[in-house]
Amino acid sequence: MLEGILIGLATAVTPFNLVMVVAGCLIGTLIGMLPGLGPMSIIAIMIPVAIGLGDPTSALILLSGVYYGAIFGGSTSSILLNAPGVAGTVASAFDGYPMARKGLAGKALTIAAISSFAGGTIGAILLMIFAPALSSVALLFHSAEYFALMVVGLSAIAAFAGTGQVGKALMMTILGLIMGTVGEGALSNTARFTMGIMDLQSGFSFITLAMAMFALPEALFLVMNPARSANSGGGKITNLRITRAEARTIAPVIGRQSLQGFFIGVLPGAGATIASFLGYAVERNIAPKHEQDEFGKGSIKGLAAPETANNAACTGSFVPLLTLGIPGSGTTAILLGALIALNVTPGPRLMTDEPQVFWAVIISMYIGNLVLLILNLPLIPYIAKILSIPRNYLIPFILFFTLMGSYIGQNNSTELLILVGFGVVATILRFADYPLAPLLIGFILGTMLEDNFSRAMQLYRGFSFILERPMTLALLVLAVILVLLPSYRAMRARKRAEGVADGD
Amino acid sequence: MALDRWIALAFVALCCVYGYAAFFTMDHLLPPILQRNPVWPSTFPKILSIAGIIVGLMVLFSKKPAAAGAAPKDGAIDITRLGDYHIWQAISLLVLMVAYAFLLRPIGFLAATVGFLAVGGAILGERKFHILIPVAALAAGCIWYLVQEVLGIFLSPLPAFL
Repeated sequence: MLEGILIGLATAVTPFNLVMVVAGCLIGTLIGMLPGLGPMSIIAIMIPVAIGLGDPTSALILLSGVYYGAIFGGSTSSILLNAPGVAGTVASAFDGYPMARKGLAGKALTIAAISSFAGGTIGAILLMIFAPALSSVALLFHSAEYFALMVVGLSAIAAFAGTGQVGKALMMTILGLIMGTVGEGALSNTARFTMGIMDLQSGFSFITLAMAMFALPEALFLVMNPARSANSGGGKITNLRITRAEARTIAPVIGRQSLQGFFIGVLPGAGATIASFLGYAVERNIAPKHEQDEFGKGSIKGLAAPETANNAACTGSFVPLLTLGIPGSGTTAILLGALIALNVTPGPRLMTDEPQVFWAVIISMYIGNLVLLILNLPLIPYIAKILSIPRNYLIPFILFFTLMGSYIGQNNSTELLILVGFGVVATILRFADYPLAPLLIGFILGTMLEDNFSRAMQLYRGFSFILERPMTLALLVLAVILVLLPSYRAMRARKRAEGVADGD
Repeated sequence: MALDRWIALAFVALCCVYGYAAFFTMDHLLPPILQRNPVWPSTFPKILSIAGIIVGLMVLFSKKPAAAGAAPKDGAIDITRLGDYHIWQAISLLVLMVAYAFLLRPIGFLAATVGFLAVGGAILGERKFHILIPVAALAAGCIWYLVQEVLGIFLSPLPAFL
């Protein structure tokens, strides 16, 4: 591991990569602060820039800087405006906004910054410990297991989608997989489902899809509902200092939530959002009675918990990405797409084939967290001014960046029409409350899923690989259970609601 | 029928078309040597289309969970009151994006971008053109420079006839 850290240091501490960390964090913070633009949209917009860099290490460093910058920026707008820019920071507004209204905005931002820093740093340490172990196990996997593992990942994402959403999330996953089969197929190189259109020969471009799924609907929502970007003009931010007693109160919270958040982040489908809500709930439940009443009215524990958990979970979500090559969340799916575009395949071989990528990313996480802490904290009063950009200027720019992003990837204006078309579809899907992240994850995993499936089929001359490899069978059974469990529970809940007694 | 069921219906229809294409139009193109392969290009799509039809029908016919006092979230869009929102602005912006796609090559990046940003702002209600247009021009210039010179991706800045 020490050797790895040294390789990482040597790669990450080059002037260019340091600039990338700082730039990523700053851009992430600036854009993440804007209500409605989540990390997925921001990373999607930044991908052409990252790919343009040409070097996978710098690109990943830049994008992961943008990722935690966005989460940090999201908490700033949560606290100051009660307008979370990112779903993962909604829980931060529960106590952060009341604190800001009491005139403690500066203190709230400091607590948020320190908790984020601690959560991110502890998460990075855990990542360093667990990722190598997991990837050495993963080297034993064959394509049959990979196929099964991806099925598990996809069904877990659907299963964590929430009550009444499992079917919809599954539907979106399958739609993503279907879209992934357009273009030249695995193993055979015959064009499939292109409807004779030349531009579809190489399939849909994933950047276009990512823009269309996230950035474009968000921008359209901002247009349609100005209340979404309502600007209540945060007051002056003063007094960033916290007392020793307060530091002592939040220290155990930070410790617990770093661990909990990290492990929730590792699970596929459960990202920063679930980690932050769960962290908030857990801390409220275990707090003593008099502190429990404070929650929701400006408790510092209630702010520290989700802030720590969401950053730790962001780091945790890199574990399945870097060790198995399977993204657990929409954001890591976009990162995976970017890496594949840069000719790096994340997975268990990453650590042996390209150790500099793996370790440099981990080292850059430490640096990124440090940058967020020391650079952003003093700058926050100035950065917060971005919240006052008029939407008449902001929205055309967001739309323009989505156009640009999908254009410069392919240099093809048909791509722009595809972007608008899918953007409209995605907006309609959002209206009907369909989750879009499963679609993108399905799309990105689709090719890999089919590759591994085909390879397993060829090795075992048919479907017998499912029965002949116990691990594959176990994983597939797990996937079925994951999908069926929520609908079984929902059915029982509905029966109980109708007054029908439970069978047991 | 609620919008989400219409979407499920459309999805089932899509899967049927997709499944038809996979089951009946692909296999005869396969060279005989590849037909001895246990997995064909159409195998995975066939599985997907069946799974898609099953899941789509499940969503279509499943009971709606009782939305217990589902208070609309702040900033969320209530589909039943779509007319209350700035829907025409959104549609105009989409049309503008399509126009941009068609004009980008013929009139060049700089003109198309300045036009896009300025018209976009105007659609949203901006009337201070003496600020809007210089901002748009400056932004277009900066972005062109960044993409062309820094990232090294060719973007034709001027109209095609120049």
